[in-house]
Amino acid sequence: MAVIQSPLPGIFYHKPTPEDPPFRLTGDDVAVGDTIGLVEVMKTFIEIKSEIPGKFEGYAIADGSPVTAGETLAELSD
Amino acid sequence: MALKIVKPGLFTSVQDLGRPGYFHLGIPISGAMDRFAMRTANMLVGNAEDAAGLEAVFMGPEIEFTEDAVVAVTGASMPIMVDGDPVGGWSSFAVKAGQTLSFGFLKSGARIYIAVSGGIDTTPDLGSRSTYPIGALGGIEGRPVQAGDEIPVGNSNPVAAGRTVQTELRRMPGSPAELRVLPGLYWHRLTEEAGTGFFEDTWTVAPEADRMGYRFKGGRALEFVDREQPFGAGADPSNIVDGCYSYGSIQVPGGTEPIVLHRDAVSGGGYFTLGAIISADMDLIGQLQPNTPVRFVKVDMERALAARADRRKMLQKIREELV
Repeated sequence: MAVIQSPLPGIFYHKPTPEDPPFRLTGDDVAVGDTIGLVEVMKTFIEIKSEIPGKFEGYAIADGSPVTAGETLAELSD
Repeated sequence: MALKIVKPGLFTSVQDLGRPGYFHLGIPISGAMDRFAMRTANMLVGNAEDAAGLEAVFMGPEIEFTEDAVVAVTGASMPIMVDGDPVGGWSSFAVKAGQTLSFGFLKSGARIYIAVSGGIDTTPDLGSRSTYPIGALGGIEGRPVQAGDEIPVGNSNPVAAGRTVQTELRRMPGSPAELRVLPGLYWHRLTEEAGTGFFEDTWTVAPEADRMGYRFKGGRALEFVDREQPFGAGADPSNIVDGCYSYGSIQVPGGTEPIVLHRDAVSGGGYFTLGAIISADMDLIGQLQPNTPVRFVKVDMERALAARADRRKMLQKIREELV
């Protein structure tokens, strides 16, 4: 199991906008560079991109949760 | 000599101690959010305290050096690496031509300050190299650094690596962070209960907090003394006839979320300000991450001045050890 960590503190979102579906659902394929979520900080939304390929196993924390730098956001399997 | 920006981090910008003297024209003072850390980083590498360095917030940049240099990183706790090998914070270390400086995940604090022997040598605007993006002043073309930038560095006198600042002189906020407040001109607009509540409640740093202002949430909404709003003031009781804002002043739009104006703030407007964070504590705000708990502590002028003197003594101690 590999993890995607938040590079910075802020608020983590699963979706591009509140009306949209999440960036990824369990079982989806994830390629290097795919956006899996957003972190909001300093009035900016930063796209969180995967640096590894894999199968999406789910988000590790709820939509709209506060996160710290280094916290696990999502899990991928090979 | 230049610094090649491989990865910019997030809003990494050239900053020195700021651009005072133009606030009456609406041009903010800018400069490092944590000037204590910026001054210390400069002292560690043998620069003048007002030399320009890099301020990086939450995420470190990745920088390749074109020539040998002595470097120091102060402020937030974040793993520091030269070609992947760890080096210590609040200490000077050597970087050789061709080597890369990079950073791990932020552990505590919010902003790191990177000083390079010789200092960053971009063209000053209005007497400062500090970046103010809204006014396109200072730094590299008035903007945060980008991948591919080559940032010029001045000539330096030889300086030793391996110098360090004692742990007790590395000033950082506690948890909850305590920010001392001197009540101000518009304090009388609050009811007594609201004034007491403001200091009793624990607030948290809102994710919107940036170089313009730090927003706090989670405390009780403020109640205002009834009055007929004067001509020219807006309808909300938190509005006033436009006035000047100071660095550190605390406005509370709508009475809900206090905002402390910081280095890139606007200089005036129509919100009442209940007081100001004392100058000695403004650097601490620059080290607050989103969601950090914060208490505001009421002080009088005497205590504010004593705190300023204490901070001066602390800096003087560092000067005596390093300069």
